[in-house]
Amino acid sequence: MSADFLYGIEVIINGLMAGVLYALVALGFVLIFKASGIFNYAQGVMALFAALTLVGIMEGQVPFSHLINAIFGTEVHHFGWEVPALLAIALTVLIMIGFAWAVQRFVFRHLVGQEPIILFMATIGLAYFLEGVGDLMWGSDIKTLALGLPQGGSLAVEEWTAGLGGDDFYGFFIDKLDMIATIVAILLVASLIIFAQYTKQGRAMRAVADDHQAALSVGISLNFIWVLVWSLAGIVALVAGVMWGAKSGVQFSLSLIALKALPVLMLGGFTSIPGAIVGGLIIGVGEKLFEYTIGAPFLGGATENWFAYMLALIFLVFRPQGLFGEKIIERV
Amino acid sequence: MLYREAGDFKTSYHADNQTFPIKFDRIGFWITMAIAFLVIPFVINDYWANAIFVPFLIYAIAAIGLNILTGYCGQVSLGTGGFMAVGAYACYKLMTAFPDVSIVIHIILAGGITAAVGAAFGLPSLRIKGFYLAVATLAAQFFLVWLFNKVSWFYNYSASGQINAPERFVAGVAVTGPNTAPWAQYMICLVFLTVCALIARNLTRGTVGRSWMAIRDMDIAAEIIGVNPLKAKLTAFAVSSFFVGISGALFFSVYLGAVEVGEAFGIQKSFLVLFMIIIGGLGSIFGCFAGAAFLVLLPVALKVLGVDVLGWPTDLVAHLNLVIVGALIMFFLIKEPHGLAQLWRLAKEKLRLWPFPY
Amino acid sequence: MKMKTLAAMAIGATMAAAPAMAELVIPDLSYRTGPYAAGGTPFSDGYQDYFNLLNARDGGIGGEAVRIVECETGYNTEKGVECYESTKGEGALIYQPLSTGITYQLIPKATADEIPIHTMGYGRTSAANGEVFNWVFNYPANYWDAASVAVNYLLDENGGSLDGKKIALVYHNSAYGKEPIRTLEALSEMHGFTLSQLAVDHPGQEQKSQWLQIRRERPDYVLMWGWGVMNQVAVQEAANINFPMENFIGNWWAGAEHDVTPAGAAANGYKSLNMNRVVDYPVLEEIKSQVHEAGNAAGDGSNVGKVLYVRGMYAAMLAAEAIAKAQEIHGVSAVTPAMVRDGMEALEITNARMAELGMEGIGPEFSVSCQDHGGAGQGLVQQWNASAGTWEPLTDFISPDDSVIAPLVAEDSAAFAAESNITPGCL
Repeated sequence: MSADFLYGIEVIINGLMAGVLYALVALGFVLIFKASGIFNYAQGVMALFAALTLVGIMEGQVPFSHLINAIFGTEVHHFGWEVPALLAIALTVLIMIGFAWAVQRFVFRHLVGQEPIILFMATIGLAYFLEGVGDLMWGSDIKTLALGLPQGGSLAVEEWTAGLGGDDFYGFFIDKLDMIATIVAILLVASLIIFAQYTKQGRAMRAVADDHQAALSVGISLNFIWVLVWSLAGIVALVAGVMWGAKSGVQFSLSLIALKALPVLMLGGFTSIPGAIVGGLIIGVGEKLFEYTIGAPFLGGATENWFAYMLALIFLVFRPQGLFGEKIIERV
Repeated sequence: MLYREAGDFKTSYHADNQTFPIKFDRIGFWITMAIAFLVIPFVINDYWANAIFVPFLIYAIAAIGLNILTGYCGQVSLGTGGFMAVGAYACYKLMTAFPDVSIVIHIILAGGITAAVGAAFGLPSLRIKGFYLAVATLAAQFFLVWLFNKVSWFYNYSASGQINAPERFVAGVAVTGPNTAPWAQYMICLVFLTVCALIARNLTRGTVGRSWMAIRDMDIAAEIIGVNPLKAKLTAFAVSSFFVGISGALFFSVYLGAVEVGEAFGIQKSFLVLFMIIIGGLGSIFGCFAGAAFLVLLPVALKVLGVDVLGWPTDLVAHLNLVIVGALIMFFLIKEPHGLAQLWRLAKEKLRLWPFPY
Repeated sequence: MKMKTLAAMAIGATMAAAPAMAELVIPDLSYRTGPYAAGGTPFSDGYQDYFNLLNARDGGIGGEAVRIVECETGYNTEKGVECYESTKGEGALIYQPLSTGITYQLIPKATADEIPIHTMGYGRTSAANGEVFNWVFNYPANYWDAASVAVNYLLDENGGSLDGKKIALVYHNSAYGKEPIRTLEALSEMHGFTLSQLAVDHPGQEQKSQWLQIRRERPDYVLMWGWGVMNQVAVQEAANINFPMENFIGNWWAGAEHDVTPAGAAANGYKSLNMNRVVDYPVLEEIKSQVHEAGNAAGDGSNVGKVLYVRGMYAAMLAAEAIAKAQEIHGVSAVTPAMVRDGMEALEITNARMAELGMEGIGPEFSVSCQDHGGAGQGLVQQWNASAGTWEPLTDFISPDDSVIAPLVAEDSAAFAAESNITPGCL
């Protein structure tokens, strides 16, 4: 087999892995949109906030230390202890649940029944707010996530596949972190599906997603369900934040990963969890393959950002509700 | 008592059709115009022009453009930054290719070019709706920014990749370039804004505007009663992009003087203009002004308050700034989901009765 | 809208109040927030701490106290313009915009307002031509110098010949990232190496395609023009594909502690250019004892000695020396921006002077003239030692190849002069 062809396959494999990472971000959007019709612009910032909180807790940082120091003239930075990773993750999850409750209690409870664009706008306000709070709480320097996740290309895969091609083929490159991310994503989606299919709360969640009023009439508490989906979105955000943050360190730019998820959402449909996964994979492969075959050789590279959107756009022209989105039925 | 709609009788069709049918609105309009044209240019200085008025006026034009598309025609767009870039680069190419033609014509032509580009990117709106469309317009945003960055013809092959506005004059007064007087910057933006706002206001009251609103309210129903969705949606995209293009041209030539596309017209710009019209009020020309003023003035005011008055560290103020702007957006939406324009309408209601509440 | 305008006007009016004359006003356009905060914070800390040290130790410069006016730009051009306009009225003497985008805004504005700008290792490269850019200085080095220094370093490593070598340039797909391309193309023709260019789109969190391409093509060296999150991801991805880190060289905005720490031990051996040597200078001790212990630290005081902190301090030193020079030339202590410009144009930095200031060898020796605002253009190569957590200077200052850069500078500045109707000449 020619090296170009094999490298094409390598690009596809890595595209699939990247797609999983996009899908992780997109999942959070889908959960909230499905249950409450809110397009949550703050999902990216939530990932940043969750990752910041995790690192902050692990390192024993004093929250709001900068603010406290500025007001009281003190010099506090750290508590002087370090929290083990698992405990820190549990605490972060608790904080994300608290955050979900607060968002529901103080913001969206007052906005029930508003038009989607108003709800969208409120999440933008939320994004600003959370970004500011995150910075105030944990500072704006780049933090290293010391969870001990493996990084780097897998040598085993490389050696094992190197024989497939000639001398100019070096074997497939697969990042260990991407493998972990894939496994985590599979576990996450599996547990979400099990939760949604087999537990009482999960069924209630699906009922709410189907029809708010019908769900209300059978005695499901909408408030509870909404807190639940925001909590789940918070947990998904934590996972996404950890996976992306392991690569780049935990920093402000983490909030921009939301932009990577938008074409995935378009393609997969805003209301479908499998859609988010399949959409992520298609976008990941599509943009990488385009960059490999056309973008880098002929267009000067850096085409991935816009190509992802173009791909989704072309797709939508043929299927306006996305791959797995609910069929849009319009009545007068 | 203070604000009255009653007792304002029209005796001719012409009077009934005027831009501001209510006398109080008319008076308010002329007072605002008088202050804007006759007072501010004489007191304005560099700081006020560059930090507040010029950005406010330019964003107001962009907001009017986007509001036509989103507020009146119901098509959410996140491509504003990209379309502003089209206006800016078109203006730059025209300015450098035809240095003898007046900059005013260049800016209007830049608007026209943007209108064509906008209409082309508006085509998918015939199939795609709602948030799907919003995300689809992001394709325009990313593609245009990439294009202007990649193809060096757009920036005349300069080594830096930036475009610089050469000095240009209107009636012998410099309006672009480093030696522009603040009042000249202010005036050219104000004139463009005034004309744009009047055009927009009258368009939205006429046949075109009504067909847009019909599409917004329900496109299938509108189609059934005889509104052509192709025409309505594409005119909305074209007219909207025309205004956005003008604002982009002004943003580059008059306000900043030098831009780099990714930095000046990135995705944040698209979001910023969208925030303006939602906070100001969708489907309201007044809302465009209110929203632009809110998002231009509030950060500056908070910064001045925090850094210069209270003397806090600048980074702390910048973070608090985010918290406060975010909290205020949520607060406003909870109190009044239809934006500042609705608050203004409510205020008018109150003023109508004041000081006798019943 | 009117009410709000009036209210803000009232606030603004108090702010634009008369400037106090008897002090030297230095604006610090910093960015401690936003995506690039990690780079902006140490620079600004160093910049301010040095002036605070001068105030505490020497009572300012030439007997005049320095007053720093910090303004947060968030690396945003519009906020930068607002900062410029708001600090200009206070009698700002010299601007250090710290962002290429803001620099481009300010070049025409500051020229019209007659305030000097110092863009140290960023901004408009052709501003080195002082006859066109009378008010802009970019000593001690610029991006084209940096590209040439990197190639000269590699020449040195390879016994004087790069013939047949493959060099890949990974760059931020923006005006900043594209800066070195022309120089590198000229150099590749001259030295016979092949150059492949890999653009990374902003912000640069996803670089798998680029690094897979590098893995396929196996270039001998990778140069990087990166900034922000792109740096951290690039270092990590280079480690992932097992690219030899000692053959991976970043420019001087891609070579600070925060760029390599997230990758941990994998980043060991990564090299970068630098325009200021980072070692333990005596002046840092003075800053700690006289500024930090007195509670006047800018920021939280944790950045002392970091790469960008030292660079900020170096920038402040150059500004202070220029002000001192201006005081000497004009014989007054309360200098104006125009006088500071004269001081900058007559600036001469010698090893003896740097040693005297407690920062021996922090930068190259250079002198500025009306024609040449660019300084020596020298840079050094430093290497990251992950276990010690420090950047170690590997080389002495390396000179760029002026025969390549000078024509490029002349060409670009001539184009700017023609575009803006400037007749080149000294003031």
